[in-house]
Amino acid sequence: MIGLHKSTMKNPVIRWIDSRMPIFSMMQNEYGAFPTPRNFNYFWNFGALAMVMLMIMIITGVLLAMNYTPRADLAFDSVQRIMRDVNYGWMIRYIHQNGGSMFFIVVYIHIFRGLDYGSYKYPRELLWMTGVILLLVMMATAFMGYVLPWGQMSYWGATVITNLFSAIPLVGQSIVTWLWGGFSVDNPTLQRFFSLHYLLPFIIVGVVFLHVVALHITGSNNPLGIEPKGPQDTIPFHPYYTIKDSFGLCVFLTLYAAIVFFAPNYLGDPNNFIPANPLQTPADIVPEWYFLPFYAILRSVPDKLGGVVLMFGSILVLFVIPWLDTSPVRSARFRPLYRPFIFVLVASVIVLGMVGAHHPEGIWVILGRVGTAYYFLHFLVIMPLFGVIERPLPLPESISRPVLRPPGAGGGPLPGGATAKPMDKA
Amino acid sequence: MTRRAVISAALAALLAAGVATAARAQDETPKLPRERWSFSGPFGALDLAAAQRGFQVYNDVCAACHSMNLLHYRDLSGIGLTEEQIKAVAASKTYDIIGDDGQPTTRPGTPADVFKAPYPNEKAAAASFGGSYPPDQSVLVNAREGGPDYIYAILTGYTDPPPGFKLAEGLYYNEYFPGHQIHMPQPLHDDQVTYADGTKATVDQMSHDLTTFLYWTANPEEVQRKQIGWRMVLFFGMMAGLTYAWKRQMWSGLH
Repeated sequence: MIGLHKSTMKNPVIRWIDSRMPIFSMMQNEYGAFPTPRNFNYFWNFGALAMVMLMIMIITGVLLAMNYTPRADLAFDSVQRIMRDVNYGWMIRYIHQNGGSMFFIVVYIHIFRGLDYGSYKYPRELLWMTGVILLLVMMATAFMGYVLPWGQMSYWGATVITNLFSAIPLVGQSIVTWLWGGFSVDNPTLQRFFSLHYLLPFIIVGVVFLHVVALHITGSNNPLGIEPKGPQDTIPFHPYYTIKDSFGLCVFLTLYAAIVFFAPNYLGDPNNFIPANPLQTPADIVPEWYFLPFYAILRSVPDKLGGVVLMFGSILVLFVIPWLDTSPVRSARFRPLYRPFIFVLVASVIVLGMVGAHHPEGIWVILGRVGTAYYFLHFLVIMPLFGVIERPLPLPESISRPVLRPPGAGGGPLPGGATAKPMDKA
Repeated sequence: MTRRAVISAALAALLAAGVATAARAQDETPKLPRERWSFSGPFGALDLAAAQRGFQVYNDVCAACHSMNLLHYRDLSGIGLTEEQIKAVAASKTYDIIGDDGQPTTRPGTPADVFKAPYPNEKAAAASFGGSYPPDQSVLVNAREGGPDYIYAILTGYTDPPPGFKLAEGLYYNEYFPGHQIHMPQPLHDDQVTYADGTKATVDQMSHDLTTFLYWTANPEEVQRKQIGWRMVLFFGMMAGLTYAWKRQMWSGLH
């Protein structure tokens, strides 16, 4: 049987297919038997949750596109028609609209997980970098999606963000005109944004595939940040993590449903219920909450080009943190000096988010600058420096034997996570 | 301990931010009074009688100036109007059409018609009101910070300007309007409409009814949404419990 894949599938039809196109074997190897560290905590649910969110967004998005009209004079009313006259259109739209927020919540927690447990370090640099690409494409998709309802905030948000490119010396204004397809945000802009908003999610699917391929070469990191030493340290992905992810998914969907059905406009801006009006600028032009920290970084320096460079830099710096972090230890649990600063980073991003929601005046200007300064300081100074000067805690021997010394044998305090059995965290 | 110091520093920063927010909120526009609405909260349901009275106020008063382009007369079944009532309301309006002979003519409205707008377009409306057109009311409640509380506050917020306040020509003083100078004269006065159910038509009562109606026009799906919402939340909550038990059982075999 030269040329055929040696399939172990029992069902003859499945075996016939699998011998010629081993997708069933692949699924079995990559999602069934895939050896996974046994000590994941619930932070490891968020990759699967992001995958589910992507599927929800694509399905609801395709349904919405069946009823949406991407024309400047019809877009606003067509969205309202979906809300009123399409069967369960309001549900599809609110799932999609709030899905954007939920997707970002999930992805931001997923990124925090990666930072806290050092998931970006050797050998997972490329896994991390594909993740940063995903973040970038996702931001572009979300931004263009927000323009589609063609409300006041859609229009003026699009105007402000596309205008950022005018900060580029010499060619800036030409680039902006090219992006707009005219001399202001108008019908051509809306139509191309709709086209791209439909395209980019499938680019995301492609990059997610690469992200998963990279993950399945290196295997998952885990809360201890040490590699599995043998079969005693791993368990098959299915059924152990499929059931654990299912539980996490149900909890997540409960919260998601509560927002969609009880407070669907809580995260939205009232201004987007006013049709776009090029002659009337809203008092405050504020992006969606998930962009607020970056918006604050943009406004943190009085120079336009400087602000734009800092804003894009705040994402691009993530690409190089596998090399900026000089510590040989992955999990911050074993890095007593560095760990608190991860929380300072989180606090600075939250403060930046609040700054982004306010007029840049008084205390907000100062907070915005301090937050921005810390954000870059963290990656560019603290990460390289602390890896050198810090003395990490001793690492556990292995995942299945995380305790260094038997209890009561004396010695220094054990890191909290290392003493717990995997079950306690599960 | 460094860590504690760092956390307290972060908390201090957050606190400072909070104080600044509070300080900013203290500009001249007073805080909106919090009204009790039948529809608020996850258990809220629309007070249909109030919404119907509100429609009467809209139809008798607001519709003289404000359009409501996203609503059709057929939608009024959502606030409990019968088919006959809807037909009667629609038939009381006259629509300009092009007749079969190609000449402009008119016909009475039908339930399938969009709410009759008082002006043919925004420019015509703006021309009648000194350049500022009355906004479409379909989603007005959702389009204002504060939602129904804001609409109610505007409707009841007309007072004499405080001494020394310079009111521009053709504008009116409203306590809750940003900048206090509003183009719309006080729209509601006591006993302006006569309610069929005998409710006394005070400004307060009419404002409350109208706001209830406008909330419904902006969120017509809300009652059904909350009903489905409870089923969804309970379903996923129960599934979470089940999958958790299943997960515990499955993992208990691991050592």
